[in-house]
Amino acid sequence: MKSDFDNNIPIYLQLVEQLKRDIISGKISAGERLHSVRDLALELKVNPNTVQKALVELEDIGLIFTERTNGKFVTEDNALIEKYKQEYADKITEKYIETMQKIGLDKNEVLLLIKDLGGNK
Amino acid sequence: MELLQCIDLNKSFGEKQILKNINLTIPRGKIIGLLGKNGTGKSTLIKLINDLLTISSGQILINGKPIGVESKKIISYLPERTYLDKGMTVEKTIKYFANFYENFDSEKAYKLLEDLGLDANQKLAKMSKGMQEKVQLILVMSRKADLYILDEPLGGVDPATRDYILDTILTNFNDGASVIISTHLISDVERILDNVIFIDKGQIILTAEADELRNREDASIDEIFRRMFKC
Repeated sequence: MKSDFDNNIPIYLQLVEQLKRDIISGKISAGERLHSVRDLALELKVNPNTVQKALVELEDIGLIFTERTNGKFVTEDNALIEKYKQEYADKITEKYIETMQKIGLDKNEVLLLIKDLGGNK
Repeated sequence: MELLQCIDLNKSFGEKQILKNINLTIPRGKIIGLLGKNGTGKSTLIKLINDLLTISSGQILINGKPIGVESKKIISYLPERTYLDKGMTVEKTIKYFANFYENFDSEKAYKLLEDLGLDANQKLAKMSKGMQEKVQLILVMSRKADLYILDEPLGGVDPATRDYILDTILTNFNDGASVIISTHLISDVERILDNVIFIDKGQIILTAEADELRNREDASIDEIFRRMFKC
C-alpha cells in the first residue's frame, strides 16, 4: 500500500483521496475493519497524526465509522459508496474532457475517440 | 503542560549573537522539523536544549521545569557528530548505553540492528559512515524518551539509507513523545513532519503546521523554504 506522495499537496488530503479510491474500488470492502492508525502510518510511511487527520475527514463524510474500542470500519452503506464512486468518476471525466478541449477536441470528437478505443480493446 | 518551552532565549558567543529572542513551544506527540540553512543557529539551539551550552539569557523549560539532570533523562539526543568510541563493538556500545540510561531498551536495539542488517560484533571503526550513523540512530531511538532531538540525522547517507532512517524514526518514537529533526534536507523529511519551524540568522521566522502551510502556499515545504531564503 506504500504510496508516493506529492509534497506540494497536503499529505492528509492525498491520504483521504487514496483511501476513498480504495473504498470505492472495493479494494477495502464495505464493512471491513481498517488497520489501526499506527499500522496505517507504518504501511503508508507517514506520520500517525496525518493518518488520524485523514480518517477524521473520511468519517466526516460518512465513508468510515468508529466502533468504540473496536476500531474503524468502512461504511456498510453501499449506496453511499456508489455515490462517491459516481462523484469520483464524474470528476475524472470532467477533467479529461477539459484537457481534450484544451488541445482542440470538442465533446463529440472525444466521444468518438473513446468509442474507437473501446473497439480496439 | 507543554513538553518544551523556550522563553526569550538568547545566546551569544562573545560579541556575536547566535540566537535572538527565541520563543518556542513544542507540544507532545508531534514530529517537528527545525529547518534552516547551514550556520543559522539550529545546532546551537539544540545544544542549549540539551544543556550542553549555557544560556546567555532567557529560559528553557522541559515539562515546566528548567533543564538539568532530570531533562537529560527524558531527552534522547542525536548529535551532529558522533561521540562513540570507535574502538568498541556495537554490542559493547549497547551495553554501555544500557548501563548509562535507565530507559534504554537493549532488546529493541538488537531488533533494530537486525532490521537494518548490522552486525553487533563489528567494531564501529570497521563500519562505513552510513552504517555508523545507523548505529548511532538505533542507540538514540532505543531509549524510551519523551523528546527525541535529532541533529542532521540524514547528513552523510545515501537516499536509500535516508528512507531507512526516516522509517526507523517514524516507527520507533513512543506514543506521546515528540521528535525534533533538524535538517537542511527538507524534501527528504517533509512527508513525516507535523510542524515546521524555519530558523534564519538566529531567529525564528515561521512556525506552522506542515499541511496547512502547503495548502496556504500551494507548494511543498521545500519550495516554500527556497522561496523564502533565496540567496
